[in-house]
Amino acid sequence: MRRFLRPGHDPARERLKRDLFQFNKTVEHGFPHQPSALGYSPSLRILAIGTRSGAVKLYGAPGVEFMGLHQENNAVTQIHFLPGQCQLVTLLDDNSLHLWSLKVKGGLSELQEEETYTLRGPPGAPPSATQITVVLPHSSGELLYLGTESGSVFVVQLPSFRTLDSHTVSSDAVLQWLPEEARNRRVFEMVEALQEHPRDPTQILIGYSRGLVVIWDLQGSRVLYHFLCSQQLENVSWQRDGRLIVTCHSDGSHCQWPVSGEAKQSEPLRSCMPYGPFPCKAITKIFWLTTRQGLPFTIFQGGMPRASYGDRHCISVVRDGQQTAFDFTSRVIDFTVLTEADPAAAFDDPYALVVLAEEELVVIDLRTDGWPPVQPPYLASLHCSAITCSHHVSNIPLKLWERIMAAGSRQKAHFSGMDWPIDGGTSLAPPPPQRDLLLTGHEDGTVRFWDASGVCLRLLYKLSTVRVFLTDTDPSESLNVQGEDEWPPLRKVGSFDPYSDDPRLGIQKIFLCKYSGYLAVAGTAGQVLVLELNDEAAEHAVEQVEADLLQDQEGYRWKGHERLAARPGPVRFEPGFQPFVLVQCQPPAVVTSLALHSEWRLVAFGTSHGFGLFDHQQRRQVFVKCTLHPSDQLALEGPLSRVKSLKKSLRQSFRRMRRSGVSNRKRRPAGPPGEMQAASAKAERTGLQNMELAPVQRKIEARSAEDSFTGFVRTLYFADTYLRDSSRHCPSLWAGTNGGTVYAFSLRVPPAERRTEEPVRAEQAKEIQLMHRAPVVGILVLDGRSVPLPEPLEVAHDLSKSPDMQGSHQLLVVSEEQFKVFTLPKVSAKLKLKLTALEGSRVRRVGVAHFGSSRAEDYGEHHLAVLTNLGDIQVVSLPLLKPQVRYSCIRREDVSGIASCVFTKYGQGFYLISPSEFERFSLSTKWLVEPRCLVNSVKTQNHSRPSNGNGAGPERGPGQARNTGSQSQGAAGSHLGQERAGQRARGRPASPLPFREEGWPSDGARPAQRRESPKGNPERAGGGARELRQLAFSPSGHGVQPEQWGSRMNSTGVQAAS
Amino acid sequence: MNRGHRHGASSGCLGTMEVKSKFGAEFRRFSLERSKPGRFEEFYGLLQHVHKIPNVEVLVGYADIHGDLLPINNDDNYHKAVSTANPLLRIFIQKKEEADYSAFGTDTLIKKKNVLTHVLRPDHHRRKPHLVISLPQDFRPVSSIIDVDILPETHRRVRLYKYGTEKPLGFYIRDGSSVRVTPHGLEKVPGIFISRLVPGGLAQSTGLLAVNDEVLEVNGIEVSGKSLDQVTDMMIANSHNLIVTVRPANQRNNVVRNSRASGSSGQSTDTSLGGPPPAEPSLEPGDEDSEEEDIVIEDGGLPRLIPRAAPDAESLESLTQIELSFESPHNGFLPSGAGGGAGPERDHARAPGQALVEEAGTILTL
Repeated sequence: MRRFLRPGHDPARERLKRDLFQFNKTVEHGFPHQPSALGYSPSLRILAIGTRSGAVKLYGAPGVEFMGLHQENNAVTQIHFLPGQCQLVTLLDDNSLHLWSLKVKGGLSELQEEETYTLRGPPGAPPSATQITVVLPHSSGELLYLGTESGSVFVVQLPSFRTLDSHTVSSDAVLQWLPEEARNRRVFEMVEALQEHPRDPTQILIGYSRGLVVIWDLQGSRVLYHFLCSQQLENVSWQRDGRLIVTCHSDGSHCQWPVSGEAKQSEPLRSCMPYGPFPCKAITKIFWLTTRQGLPFTIFQGGMPRASYGDRHCISVVRDGQQTAFDFTSRVIDFTVLTEADPAAAFDDPYALVVLAEEELVVIDLRTDGWPPVQPPYLASLHCSAITCSHHVSNIPLKLWERIMAAGSRQKAHFSGMDWPIDGGTSLAPPPPQRDLLLTGHEDGTVRFWDASGVCLRLLYKLSTVRVFLTDTDPSESLNVQGEDEWPPLRKVGSFDPYSDDPRLGIQKIFLCKYSGYLAVAGTAGQVLVLELNDEAAEHAVEQVEADLLQDQEGYRWKGHERLAARPGPVRFEPGFQPFVLVQCQPPAVVTSLALHSEWRLVAFGTSHGFGLFDHQQRRQVFVKCTLHPSDQLALEGPLSRVKSLKKSLRQSFRRMRRSGVSNRKRRPAGPPGEMQAASAKAERTGLQNMELAPVQRKIEARSAEDSFTGFVRTLYFADTYLRDSSRHCPSLWAGTNGGTVYAFSLRVPPAERRTEEPVRAEQAKEIQLMHRAPVVGILVLDGRSVPLPEPLEVAHDLSKSPDMQGSHQLLVVSEEQFKVFTLPKVSAKLKLKLTALEGSRVRRVGVAHFGSSRAEDYGEHHLAVLTNLGDIQVVSLPLLKPQVRYSCIRREDVSGIASCVFTKYGQGFYLISPSEFERFSLSTKWLVEPRCLVNSVKTQNHSRPSNGNGAGPERGPGQARNTGSQSQGAAGSHLGQERAGQRARGRPASPLPFREEGWPSDGARPAQRRESPKGNPERAGGGARELRQLAFSPSGHGVQPEQWGSRMNSTGVQAAS
Repeated sequence: MNRGHRHGASSGCLGTMEVKSKFGAEFRRFSLERSKPGRFEEFYGLLQHVHKIPNVEVLVGYADIHGDLLPINNDDNYHKAVSTANPLLRIFIQKKEEADYSAFGTDTLIKKKNVLTHVLRPDHHRRKPHLVISLPQDFRPVSSIIDVDILPETHRRVRLYKYGTEKPLGFYIRDGSSVRVTPHGLEKVPGIFISRLVPGGLAQSTGLLAVNDEVLEVNGIEVSGKSLDQVTDMMIANSHNLIVTVRPANQRNNVVRNSRASGSSGQSTDTSLGGPPPAEPSLEPGDEDSEEEDIVIEDGGLPRLIPRAAPDAESLESLTQIELSFESPHNGFLPSGAGGGAGPERDHARAPGQALVEEAGTILTL
């Protein structure tokens, strides 16, 4: 065993390993967990999202993605792009400002943190004096105006972050320009709004929370105009020509103020309370946008009637009598409006509304009637219902791909046809080499098909299994139907819907045959559906079969959930995957393993009680096998009893505490003071001490047959191999259990011409009990050339060499602790690798992958990709079982991340870093999907319009977002910022680069292969829920770790199909 | 058997020597020519012949003048045995597969005597049932202290033989911290400690492990830097042949080892301090492999480790069927009721009624 560990004993092999293996975390798919800030650069046409864990993510055209992580683990509260430049400033909740740049390195852009700054006030000032509330990057790109809680506006020079004290606009300075009556009303307090004049860079607007709005002349240091609102100010929008100001207020009203003539405005031009007259919630942000057609858009957040709709997260769009309140299922973090304009144009002409909600990004097309949503090409909400499992299929044939796309396009009819409006940057990544599908199973009984070929994870098609079953709520009944005269005019948008009708519908295992279009899906209540891809809608009954996995075993009582009731009679199915067979396991325990052989038309399924084989051609059960140990009560009773026992043990421990006088705290104040109290306090102290002293200890015991869940079927595998004798190969089914048993059944599948008449027969041929009794997580047969057997139909479609049936086959059994190769047909141990005994780590996921060489085009090797419970990823060679490389990938505490990992057939993989994000990683040097993109500044963009002269008039980008903080102004100087994406620029460069980088990237330059260290980002923790889950897991920690616990304990529990 | 006559005959001729050979419960007496003993192979063939066990592999031993049981397996020790025999050569024959090798050799006096006693009187223990002393072939190690000669005296390497007993390993481990001497002075470093012994468990019954002993290695792999869960997994993965190196909390018992005439110096070097951990010299690979043998039930083929072909799939066998299948034709070879498991040789005959667990933890899960 030791010889495997000795590195570098074969220099040639070491060289080859460098050509084959390389670990990279390449890109994060999905929606950022806990977003906290939104920014948009109209000149770059790039969107930025900040998160509560300090990450900054930039998105442009599909494929253009960047990621940065602040060193501090603080929430990003604001993001502002510097107008016209490839730079952005972030504000964290620790009041620090960070300057980020998109720099070009080797022809690719890269996001880097340049500078950090914390505003310091005069000595002795309270912290609130410098607590930043608003950030305004000036259109010159060299100044930053910072509004604070004290009411002062500080000015900071960029990029050095030098405070210009002489430019500070203090509230006293403003006060002296105000008339007497304004001064008396205590108009100051914190700065709520800061905006630059849309046309004149020497004027800025300052809005204070008490309702005073002033327009400040930067050159003359004086108040040009001031407006006094009667209500608390929330935000301000400045009309494009600078002649009108719209303010929004905490009482749900908004007012218009003309900027002209007299310096003082006592009354607004117009005041409106859109959802009055009853008390309304505050309008927190407003846009007033003019259009060529005349009537302006008013878009605002909040303002709903407090009593009846105060809990809704709404953004209202009003124009020309049309009014819609877009109703989001999660909190709105921020929103912005994309406007079509250049500075010469007189109108904003908004074309898209971009809303960042807590759980999803929604873009609304404002040009099309009815304001339909636009489907984002990225930032998909993976977790719109919690992910329960995932399955990856590599290299999808074009035919199937097109059929899935066609089925999916019918489901997307409600989306706008508008091109994705956020299209900055250029993706230089080569087109994906093949079509890959990632299938995710969800708690609500749906399966989502994602295009995982490239950097953008895009939803292709959504399959719902709910229609097969009778559930409490009828899915046809839409909840969104509203009457015509409904007020407020709510419209639900977005797909995030965390509520599941019935937890039993949850999908646990998925198996797709990419050649035949057969799909098997299995769920929480023991349901196994076999589906077929049909391009037409159809109405038919689903054949229902029960598989009694306990067979004749008497005296067992299933205390878990009941099985799902199937909908009787014919059901209408949309084009796409349509179920035709439903097998329901009895007892209805969660399906723990699933395998589909489309050539033999067989589906195998396993639960904690046993496994069965079903012939979906003849719709007939071939056999069932009970794997249950008679003494295994836990598996018999079902999941509920476990909850009960936990409750019971909790109750008992509380009782014990009470008896020992530990928890007298509640009664103590009422009790008599004096001795008793002192005694009980003492008892409490000692009790607590005892509790603290009790160490975490682990029992050391060999596994025995009496352990619980030994019958739990962990893996199922079909193989055409030599099971009985070496002269004749036959179809076979292999099953591995949690107790280290492997069952092999030889199958007799009738030839095609008699396939419909003759029954499939099965006979148990072998049974292997692994001595170490660890759960079997993988079974694989290697052919005569020690190559894994091809997938069903792969050879028939000329996509794989036919397996070598001449040489002797070998069986590979992967348990959590060991890898073992056995000979076939006579099973005798040939090789083994004892992973746990050597390293103390256990196998969690295993997959066969083909590793292509980065040097030789046609050279490649098949190896095992292995994920351990410590979060390490290893490659173990086939067939000699030598560890090749090891990388640490996932934090060992991240139980759900480890459980969610899925490997692809070409050495890549995915795991969840949060309920809504997949991290994509690659072990291969050849197959690497990562963003490679270039972002140029304004001038280089082909859609930029000619400017009206340099210097005097600011240049404006073609698309402009009006955001409170960031007015878009073209930059005087063009700046090339480029970035290499997918990498987390963790540290600032040692020597800050010059502020303006000159020169163009050389087109032919190869990108620098800068890689993130495989250590990952330990602080990028999942969140509270994941920590909680880990706690829930740890008591059970050892021995069996049935996957269903995870799924039950936490709705976001994830199980990957391996 | 006419002893007197034979004695007389032997003493009558100086050139011959009487041989008393014992195999199982049977004795055979014959004589050899002292001056021309011949080769060991011939002698071996002769023994097989006189005991009528022509095809049985056996081990041959003799009692030397000190009463030690010494092996005869080559010409040299055969000649030695013949030359030292006075007046008669006492030969003990054991079947090879059930031979207890530890019975041989110049062990401690007490043990040697016990061995001899039991070789001579196999049914000894039945008369004194309170003293469970088994046949030599039933002797099975449950624990041992190994590698004393290469380890520092403050450490103890203990091997627990799980397969030899029904008892659970029976201990718990915990996190803790220990004080080490480092270049920067004394330092507290995290360590793994034994936290609890289960009464009646293997760990407790051996007396070799105690609460608060620090675990330094598991089967030759250092545990420093590994988490409690990792060490737990390693121990469980090695549970069938667990070798733990500990630093006993009670160092006073180490005195016992000082009396040994081994090459161990008195120096106490801490191997866990950066030095490479000693390899596992004590692990005989063959031994380990035999423990790790998985059970295969083949349909039609030659069954291995479980002497029975599996029934086919259509008739699901019940547990009792399997149990019965363990009763092999050898049954009755062991004295019925002989305690203890079958030892590492799992394919041995089993007495009926023995719990399946005794199959060295390799029963079928049905």
